[in-house]
Amino acid sequence: MTVSSDSLNESYRLNVNGSDREVNDAWVGESLLYVLRERLGLPGAKGACEQGECGSCTVIMDDRAVCSCLVMAASATESRILTVESLGEDGRLSDVQQAFLDAGGVQCGFCTPGFIVAVHHLLDRNPHPDDEEIKEALSGNICRCTGYGRILEAVKVVVRDRAPGGVA
Amino acid sequence: MTLTAGVETRFGALGANANRPDGVAKVQGGFAFSSDMWAENMLWGATLRSPHPHARLVSIDVTAAWSIPGVECIVTAEDIPGEPNYGLIMQDQPVFARVGDTVRYLGEPILAVAADHPETCRRALAAIRVTYEVLDPVIDAERCIDGTAPPIHPQGNVFRHQRILTGDQSVIGEIQVEGTYEIGMQDQAFLGLEAALAVPDSDGDGVELYVATQWLHEDRKQIAACLDMPSDKVRLVLGGVGGAFGAREDISLQVHTCLLALRTGRPVRIAYSREESFYGHVHRHPATIWMRHHADATGRILRIESRMVFDGGAYCSTSPAVLINAVTHAQGPYKCDNATIDGWALRTNNPPCGAMRGFGVVQACFAHESQMDKLAAATGMSPVEIRLRNAMETGDRLITGQIVDSVAPVTRCITETDRIPLPEPLRDDAHELAVPGGTGLTARASNIRRGVGWGVSIKNLMYSEGFDDYSTARCRIADGAVHVKFATAEVGQGFVMLAQQIARTVLGVDDVFLDPIDTQVGSAGSTSASRQTWMSGGAVDAACRAVRDELLDRVANDRGLVRGELQIEGTNIVDSLTGTTIPVTEVVGKYDIDHTVEYRHPATEDLDEDGHGNCHVAFAFVAHRAVVDVDPDLGLVKVVQIATAQDVGRVLNPLSVQGQVEGGIAQGLGLAVMEEIIVTDGKVKNPSFTDYLLPTFLDAPTVDMVLIEEHEPKSPLGAKGVGEPPCISVTPAIANAIRNAVGRELPRVPVRPYDICL
Repeated sequence: MTVSSDSLNESYRLNVNGSDREVNDAWVGESLLYVLRERLGLPGAKGACEQGECGSCTVIMDDRAVCSCLVMAASATESRILTVESLGEDGRLSDVQQAFLDAGGVQCGFCTPGFIVAVHHLLDRNPHPDDEEIKEALSGNICRCTGYGRILEAVKVVVRDRAPGGVA
Repeated sequence: MTLTAGVETRFGALGANANRPDGVAKVQGGFAFSSDMWAENMLWGATLRSPHPHARLVSIDVTAAWSIPGVECIVTAEDIPGEPNYGLIMQDQPVFARVGDTVRYLGEPILAVAADHPETCRRALAAIRVTYEVLDPVIDAERCIDGTAPPIHPQGNVFRHQRILTGDQSVIGEIQVEGTYEIGMQDQAFLGLEAALAVPDSDGDGVELYVATQWLHEDRKQIAACLDMPSDKVRLVLGGVGGAFGAREDISLQVHTCLLALRTGRPVRIAYSREESFYGHVHRHPATIWMRHHADATGRILRIESRMVFDGGAYCSTSPAVLINAVTHAQGPYKCDNATIDGWALRTNNPPCGAMRGFGVVQACFAHESQMDKLAAATGMSPVEIRLRNAMETGDRLITGQIVDSVAPVTRCITETDRIPLPEPLRDDAHELAVPGGTGLTARASNIRRGVGWGVSIKNLMYSEGFDDYSTARCRIADGAVHVKFATAEVGQGFVMLAQQIARTVLGVDDVFLDPIDTQVGSAGSTSASRQTWMSGGAVDAACRAVRDELLDRVANDRGLVRGELQIEGTNIVDSLTGTTIPVTEVVGKYDIDHTVEYRHPATEDLDEDGHGNCHVAFAFVAHRAVVDVDPDLGLVKVVQIATAQDVGRVLNPLSVQGQVEGGIAQGLGLAVMEEIIVTDGKVKNPSFTDYLLPTFLDAPTVDMVLIEEHEPKSPLGAKGVGEPPCISVTPAIANAIRNAVGRELPRVPVRPYDICL
């Protein structure tokens, strides 16, 4: 759907989860979050604050974790974008996704995709974070249900399992 | 965490952990929250709101909006076919403000538009001209008590006045302590913003609404009345709920979305922004509570006096029920024979307030637990000793005259909490993140003072005061599988998982299919008041038992077995006469069985004029001990550890209970030290997550918990609701710990930096 009243509609291409995706005749004011959710059928990133405060919309853009609510979609044409939908192979869960379930880190689940993306991003860069490093890295993701205890546990399980001699 | 091992250890059965049926979708990002709903040919809706807390609505001019291409519909109060007002207890809140009438809070809906794109909606709203005659807002609840404020609504400025006069009003204690306490306005701040998708029936005489709510049937009742439709023409389906915490008990966008869809004949989605969400739902009541405790020299409480003033804001919502929770919990979890309590819930031009986790008891608890520390100091006892000295027991009489017939392990809650080891002292070379202020690097570890504080609470479970409180569940064996249906709102707490656990346990199957959660079955009541495990758990349990009994009847009949000797153990039907076992899976394919059951809790009654009556169903108890580090110069606080022992009746799912306890503690921490909607002259000053601070990962303390399992005989599963107690006494525990660290009275929460350091 375009903004009928506006001539500022553009067509452009985004690289999302390894595929080039066409965005046709879209108002240029749309955020990356909006385009992912409403135009590209990728509802995993969630909107909850529109200010980059809550992390629910976290996606990876060129190896950086960003709040997709703060990115203009039309400015991301040169970037490689990864969303929660890219995680896990062949529909299987990633170790982080499985650990969130096993540790009780999911209640309402609204913050969950943002957290999962942020945890993958953290562990890709720092495979052995201590508790303080985990908390700091994830302090841009708000969870209102869990009080973070089971999420911390989930991350620690993944760190343990990924270590040499771990389960994974 | 210490947990008593459950009898049943089969994964997925009652007492064990289980897989959330919505879990995989939630971690993969495919779970459909109400904000993810989409339909072909869908329009977007948006709401125009009053920028004034109190004004006469003089005129609305929508001409310019209609000239914007893409605008499809504009609805105002004139377009409401049925009841113009709605509300849970008193139908006093307009769907849209009416020209000639007044708007009563900042954010009150004026009209709604539907258009092709959210941006078109925004432009349409910006083009609409509304003229107001601005009026002085009534912002001081006290002026509604003394009558000096003009009535701002035809139904007056008093939602409820309730006193409790119990025992001897003339009792004067050898020791008296008193204080006036303030509790700020807290927001539920669920992450999943209000959103709904309404799809009109093709003939235009009905509508289907996908919505995140706590109570589908109550929503439907109010929507149908406003739309002037029979309730069977309004079908509600639960859209995925991104948290609730009380904020989804009242309707918000439901009628607006349906009206737009019915008018346009097209699906319409409304999705609130965070700022709009702050205006769109009720908040926790700010309250001022004066309390005086009379005690004898040994610290035994003789009488409690209290005056409680709750600012309900512009519309009633659940204010009367919140108020009676506050006044009836004024004594806390302590014995008390004499009480003089006066409580008010009032209408002002501040934001409407209603349900939030803890529901009136949070405010009362902050007052009585602040008082208990004063009483400890006055008697020379420790905070633990004074609480043990007065701890309530099963069989005690409340100030309402009601006997506490619930399991009441208050003493155990306190002593078990006390046994939890204290954390290590803060080291001088502590990591910056372990010090108040964190990476701001403002505080020095050597300057930090550590404090320890206590809070203990009692919380009523389920609905009170004669409400016909019930839940419905249907269990079927069909096509070789077990299906369970209910209208219970899954808001994150995990009822969908619990329902499967119950069915697995009762019926001895592993696979349990859940039907969609919608209004195509009887009401489940609200997901609130810590009630669904008891109520809908009771309904699912009863429905499954009815199916099981018929299954065993028919197996006995068809196989020539003695019915009385058959029972389900694990996943088998066991014939205790012969010792033979039949796997349940072997027989379920042979029968179609279908039972729908309503579960009701024991009846309650209204309070009388003097606050007497058996108004509550049951109670749960909890103790919290907080350890805080405080920088007294900068006013910064870090909550280091919360130790807690909670009376849970029976643990049905250990991880779920742990998640409720930890999550509730984080919300109570928020109220203690950071969360407050700042309202000045009726205007919300901080309607965003930049300015309304929520606890982050770095704010969350270590939580060490003990779950006390003394099965509650009145509860169908032996379990008590566990959702609310964690967030109630943790707030005063933290406040008491800060007081302990810095030696100041700190009579209000949230405790702000300048309360500590100036």
